[in-house]
Parts: sequence; structure tokens; C-alpha cells
Amino acid sequence: MSDIYTEKVKDHFMNPRNVGEIKDADGVGTVGNPTCGDVMTIYLKIKDEKIIDIKFKTFGCAAAIASTSIATEMVKGKTLDEAYRLTREDVAQELGGLPAIKMHCSNLAADALKKAIDDYRKK
Amino acid sequence: MKKIYMDYGSSTVVDAEVIQDMIPYFNEDYGNASSIHSYGRKAFDAIEKAREQVANIINAEPDEIVFTSGGTESDNLAIKGIAEKYDHEKNTKGYQIITSSVEHPAVLETCKYLEEKGFNIKYLSVDKYGIIDLDELEKSISKDTFLISIMYANNEIGTIQPIKEIGKIARKNNILFHTDAVQAIGKIPIDINELNIDLLSISSHKIHGPKGVGALYIRRAVKLQTISHGGGHEKGIRSSTYNTPGIVGLGKACEISKKNMQKDVEKITKLRDNLIQNLQDIQESYLNGHPEKRLCNNVHFRFTGIEGESLNLMLDDKGIAAATGSACSSKKLKPSHVLMALGLKPEEAHGSLRLTIGKYTTKEEIEYTSKVIPEIVNKLRVMSPLWNR
Repeated sequence: MSDIYTEKVKDHFMNPRNVGEIKDADGVGTVGNPTCGDVMTIYLKIKDEKIIDIKFKTFGCAAAIASTSIATEMVKGKTLDEAYRLTREDVAQELGGLPAIKMHCSNLAADALKKAIDDYRKK
Repeated sequence: MKKIYMDYGSSTVVDAEVIQDMIPYFNEDYGNASSIHSYGRKAFDAIEKAREQVANIINAEPDEIVFTSGGTESDNLAIKGIAEKYDHEKNTKGYQIITSSVEHPAVLETCKYLEEKGFNIKYLSVDKYGIIDLDELEKSISKDTFLISIMYANNEIGTIQPIKEIGKIARKNNILFHTDAVQAIGKIPIDINELNIDLLSISSHKIHGPKGVGALYIRRAVKLQTISHGGGHEKGIRSSTYNTPGIVGLGKACEISKKNMQKDVEKITKLRDNLIQNLQDIQESYLNGHPEKRLCNNVHFRFTGIEGESLNLMLDDKGIAAATGSACSSKKLKPSHVLMALGLKPEEAHGSLRLTIGKYTTKEEIEYTSKVIPEIVNKLRVMSPLWNR
């Protein structure tokens, strides 16, 4: 596999965690644009202001898939306030870094998560 | 783990016979081919033999072959070299070049450069298969047109252009015709006289020769301006010390290609058709390029709902080396200009896969690939928000 990605990216790309949908989700956030080649949706199940379950679906490159996968792991069990503070940089750092070119286009998991939390809070 | 090479369109393994022929020019007859001593004369003779071998594959004369560093340089030399012979003023023959929107970047970027220099460039559109419209070509010709540059076969989707018809139109209008034949050489029998081709680009490493060497066929009556000044090699058209081992390798690769073309093409076509058939069984999979007018070794698909880089990396994990037209794998982050010219949407272009096979591809490799691809497509679709069938 390409050396542009770290072992951790490869692991999360080949074996993504928390793939799927939550049918009765409390919050859903989709970001990206098929034109750019990356779209991701995050589904949240929330209880007492905590994320008790999280699932995702991603269309995109290895960086896009790996970053969503690891982001779901990073916030599962966290309070909404904690999760809301997750940044793109946190995700990239947890993956051991991402190629510069992928930082802005594919590393959208934190944005999707914020959108899902906003969606819950609006309800 | 299995290792399967399905990227012959990018580059190929150098044939053992080619390597054998090249070796003496590294460590025995290593003299400068321009030198008068015996070392130099031996190198010179080897180069002239290679010139014949290259000329033979397109039915040209040896003195119509100029050696270059590869396909890109050949394209640059042909287009800039001809353009510089002409004025680029409006209402003069020298103002306009006609090319297509699906050319290799070596042609496209050269044309864009000339556009900045004041030339008028007409980029012909293509149909959904990637074929130019001959009527549009004829209508685009004016008294200002001095060069048509249309590729023989497309490097991404394998579509073969109506070269014979283009050649006729060019000749009828007294316009020079250049074709980038990098992908076609060794896969399609080419006769430059029958096809009215005036300039033709060749690359060595696509036909089991070494990298870093190529050739440009220049019809004898055609004069062009050099783009690399120096010691006056190649009759002043392309100065640079002769890359003797590379040139010898290209010559041998052409000889082998020509000798085995019919047999190789027959075998490769069968394998290609087999692979296409198998991949067409995948739900919402689409063959890009023309179903018949396509290179014998090109299989190019797009799959709804998935992205090409992911697909390629997962294939690589299974030992299969392939290519994609996805933006994510390109440096510019833009989907392939070829796929966009076909009228595909960006998200369709992102989900594309190019498999290019060759003379060493086996039936077993096709079977393995046909088994692995549907599994990966399915795995990626399960996690895709754009797929909810």
C-alpha cells in the first residue's frame, strides 16, 4: 500500500470502525460534495448529553475513510461538549499525520460530527 | 501474496532480450557515438541499427527517425518544433493548431503553452466514447491551420481515433498531421504512408523497452525548429549525447513488438474481453471508452458510489496494481480531463478504474482479478453514503 499514508491510516482504511447507519439516530451530519470526491455522514445516538453510539458512511479516498473511522472512535462515550471540541488537527494527529494535500479536502470528519451535534441540538 | 501487474499502460517490464542487447553499451562499447574511434563507431552502428528497427514498426525510412528522451519530449519537439517554423499572426498559415480535448498532457500542455505565446488552439470535443467528430475537424480548418495533433489511442480509456480519416483530411487541406502513438505502438499495425501521418511520437517503456528513451518520426519533407540546441546531433534537430543503451533497447523492443504483434494482440484481446465481461456483471458498473474501437489491452470501468483511490489501494492490498482517473490520486485534485470530456459528472469520474494488461498477463490473473474486484466494490459500497441500493 502507498507510503503516503501512515500505518494507522492504512489500518483504519482497511478495517474501518463503526461503519453503518443508525436508523433512529438522534443527530445526523453530512458534509462534503461528490464533485470534490468526498462525502461523509455521521449518525449519533445520544443519551444524557453523551454519545452512546456513533456510525458513519464515507465516499472518498483512504484519508477520508480513515479519518471518519478514527473520529468515531475518538468521540464514542464522550459528552457532546467534549466531542464538539474535536478539530481536524486532532483527527489528523491521531492518525499519525495526513499528506498535506489531503488535509483540507478529505479530513472532514470533525465537521461532520459538529453538524450531527448541531442537528441533535436543534431538535 | 499474489502480485499482479495490470498497469501496462503506465509502464512495462523490460524484456530480457532487450536488456541483453543493451548491456554491452554500458560497459564494453560505451564510447560516445559521435566519436571517431572504434568505441564510438561501434556505438554509432548500434544506433543506426536501432533506427532501422524503429522505422520498421511504422513503415518509415531510418533517416526519418529522431531519438528523444521519451514520448513527452517527442510531443514537445513535434508541436513546438513545427509551430516555431511558422508565424503566429492572425490570418497567416501558422496561426492555428487543431488538437483534441482528450490528449495526453504532453500534447495538451504544450498546446496551452503555445496558446499563451499567441497561437490559436482549437480543442476538438469528443463523443461519449472519446472519439473526435470528423465534421467538427473539417469545419475547424481554416487557411490559418498548419498542424493537427490527435492521439492515435487514448492512454486512459483506450479509445482509438479515426486516424486514417484524419490523415486524409490533413493531406487534402495541406496541413501537417502529428499523432501521439505512444499507446498504439505494438498494439496496432501502423503504416505512416497509408495513414498520411507526418509526425509520430513513440515511447520505449510502454513496449517492454527501457525508460528515458523515445523517438519522433518526422516525414522527410517536413522541417522543424530544434528545441534543444547544442552539438548538432540528429541533424541538428535534437542535440544531446546519444543514449546508446536506451536507443538499442528501444530498437530491440520495436523489433520484438513487430514480430509478435499479431500473436500478442490476439491473446491480449481475448483476456481483455474476458475481464470486461466479468466486470460488467457488477451492478451499476460501466465501461468507459468505446466497446470495439479500443486498445486491445485497455479495461476502464466506473462503479457508482465509490471512489477510485480507495478502490486502487484496496486492490493493491490484494496484490493487484491498477490505475484510476480519480482526483484524489492526482496532484491537482481534479478528476481526469478525459473522463470529464466524455461528459461524465465529477462523482462518476471519481469512481473509475483503469486496468491495462499485457503480453505476460495470464488467464489465472484475469480470474483472480475478476473475483477480487466485485468484493472490493461491495466493501466500499457498504460504507458509501452515495450507495443505498
